[in-house]
Amino acid sequence: MKELLVISGKGGTGKTSLVGGFAVLAENKVLADCDVDAADLHLLLKPTVRETREFYGSKKAVLDHERCTGCGVCVEACRFGAINMGKGHGNTKVQIDPISCEGCAVCSYACPRGAITMKDNLSGYWFTSDTPYGPLVHARLGVAEENSGKLVTQVRRTARSMAEDQGLDYIITDGPPGIGCPVISSISGVDLALIVTEPTVAGTHDMERILQLARHFDTKTMVCINKYDLDEGKAEEIERYCHDEGIQVAGKIPFDEELVNALARGVPAVTPADSGFNQREGRASKAIRELWMKVSSCLE
Amino acid sequence: MVIAVASGKGGTGKTTIAVNLALTLERDMPVQLLDCDVEEPNAHLFLHPLLDVSEKVTLPVPVVDHSKCNGCGRCSEVCAFNAIIAIGTHVMVFPELCHGCGGCSRFCPMSAISEEPREIGVVESGHAGQIEFVQGRVNVGNPLAPPVVRAVKSKIDARQVKVVIIDAPPGTSCPVVASLKDSDFCVLVTEPTPFGLNDLVLAIDVAKELDIPFGVVINRSGLGNKDLLTYCRREKVPVLLEIPFDRRYAACYARGGRLVEEFPELKEAFRRLWQRIRALATTGQTEFRGPS
Repeated sequence: MKELLVISGKGGTGKTSLVGGFAVLAENKVLADCDVDAADLHLLLKPTVRETREFYGSKKAVLDHERCTGCGVCVEACRFGAINMGKGHGNTKVQIDPISCEGCAVCSYACPRGAITMKDNLSGYWFTSDTPYGPLVHARLGVAEENSGKLVTQVRRTARSMAEDQGLDYIITDGPPGIGCPVISSISGVDLALIVTEPTVAGTHDMERILQLARHFDTKTMVCINKYDLDEGKAEEIERYCHDEGIQVAGKIPFDEELVNALARGVPAVTPADSGFNQREGRASKAIRELWMKVSSCLE
Repeated sequence: MVIAVASGKGGTGKTTIAVNLALTLERDMPVQLLDCDVEEPNAHLFLHPLLDVSEKVTLPVPVVDHSKCNGCGRCSEVCAFNAIIAIGTHVMVFPELCHGCGGCSRFCPMSAISEEPREIGVVESGHAGQIEFVQGRVNVGNPLAPPVVRAVKSKIDARQVKVVIIDAPPGTSCPVVASLKDSDFCVLVTEPTPFGLNDLVLAIDVAKELDIPFGVVINRSGLGNKDLLTYCRREKVPVLLEIPFDRRYAACYARGGRLVEEFPELKEAFRRLWQRIRALATTGQTEFRGPS
């Protein structure tokens, strides 16, 4: 069983559209959406949710106003500025801002009256679903919540155990943007990271950062240049850069409004091989098909 | 006034809006641009600032004096992040997991734990034309972005500067919250696709949670479908600006160009955007925050 992660550094380069294409093309796989704070893969794959689980990612400090004497030890102890002496009087004036609370619990240990307890915080949900293309594990982090990395780990662990139980060949994961906590949780231990970039100054800059991250974690990488014809000069620069760094460019996808239109209809851009639509297949869709051939052979 | 430019979905045009808004205003008033997308900062690619100050961002992480440690295990008991583990008198620190809360050193009964700064990123500041420019970069491999975001925001110069524009990271989780917190107005940039709409709804929830008045910029309008506009109309979400999809705009962005300097119609559009933001931020404040 092989695990493929699709990431980009920069957002909006086309990760989810590509994963949607791979969902159609790959056989015997489980799909995972690790972009847990702005998940979109479900919009293409139209899942039927089989199971919903609660995710408790962190704890939050909760104050018992009855016990609080307003001594202010907690205010001084908190390094995240989450506890303040508010207006008001006496023992009710201490206020904890749950959004700023990091969940470190220092205040609860520091309070001489035991007035602060740490409460489990429901920070999101994760789902196992069926789609026309196979099982999907996805999640929804609550608004303004922390610990997206932990939720990513939960999604990956579930996808892996499904793949093992059902004897599947691939785990195909739609990754989050950036290079921070959820990306680090997504990349550790995958067999291949496909980095999707675009021929823009930002696309190139962010690809270099994500390649550094992949190197840091010793992850095998390939690059795909999406919308390459928006600036062919820049696309060539990316190819040269990859060549010099010894990274294979696995595919170049043209900008094709058909892909945007498919997205607008909420379906993957690629049609199944046996559906008889292949004659009408667009340029982008063809390129995604070729890309999958390269990627899957690299995973063998 | 602090204006944050955010979006649930990545790649919708946050940096384009933040940069071009700053360029539109720089001749008329003192402007500061803060690039808070510390994982992938991009505004510098369009503004080419002269960055003359660079400061390390550090977190205090524990250092154990093994000669004082009695192996009580209190440190690993209080650590909520599994960043310090005690097995007998053998205490191990995992600095990359440490949030710098100071719990272990504070509660060690033997005073065996001190703290030393660990570099997690850098804040760079300087100028781009008349724009005061600040950006953060988290070190590759470091998972904690919010402290770097907060370090960038500590450079907000409310006395000297009239408008502060924050280029936020994508998403809805802690780095976004750290970027948006205490802003006066939030510009949410999206595109008319199902992804754009889905993620806009999430971003609106964040703005509401943080009590920040907001409006929407629709980028690449004309592509995709009408659902986004229908949603904005139904929910009475103000649409501040629509930028049509145009290959010339895309090409300008691709090579790091500045839209307002190349396209007069967009210069006009960004002026109108500023007027709408100013109007909404003022009324929004009374609406959301009540009389002071």
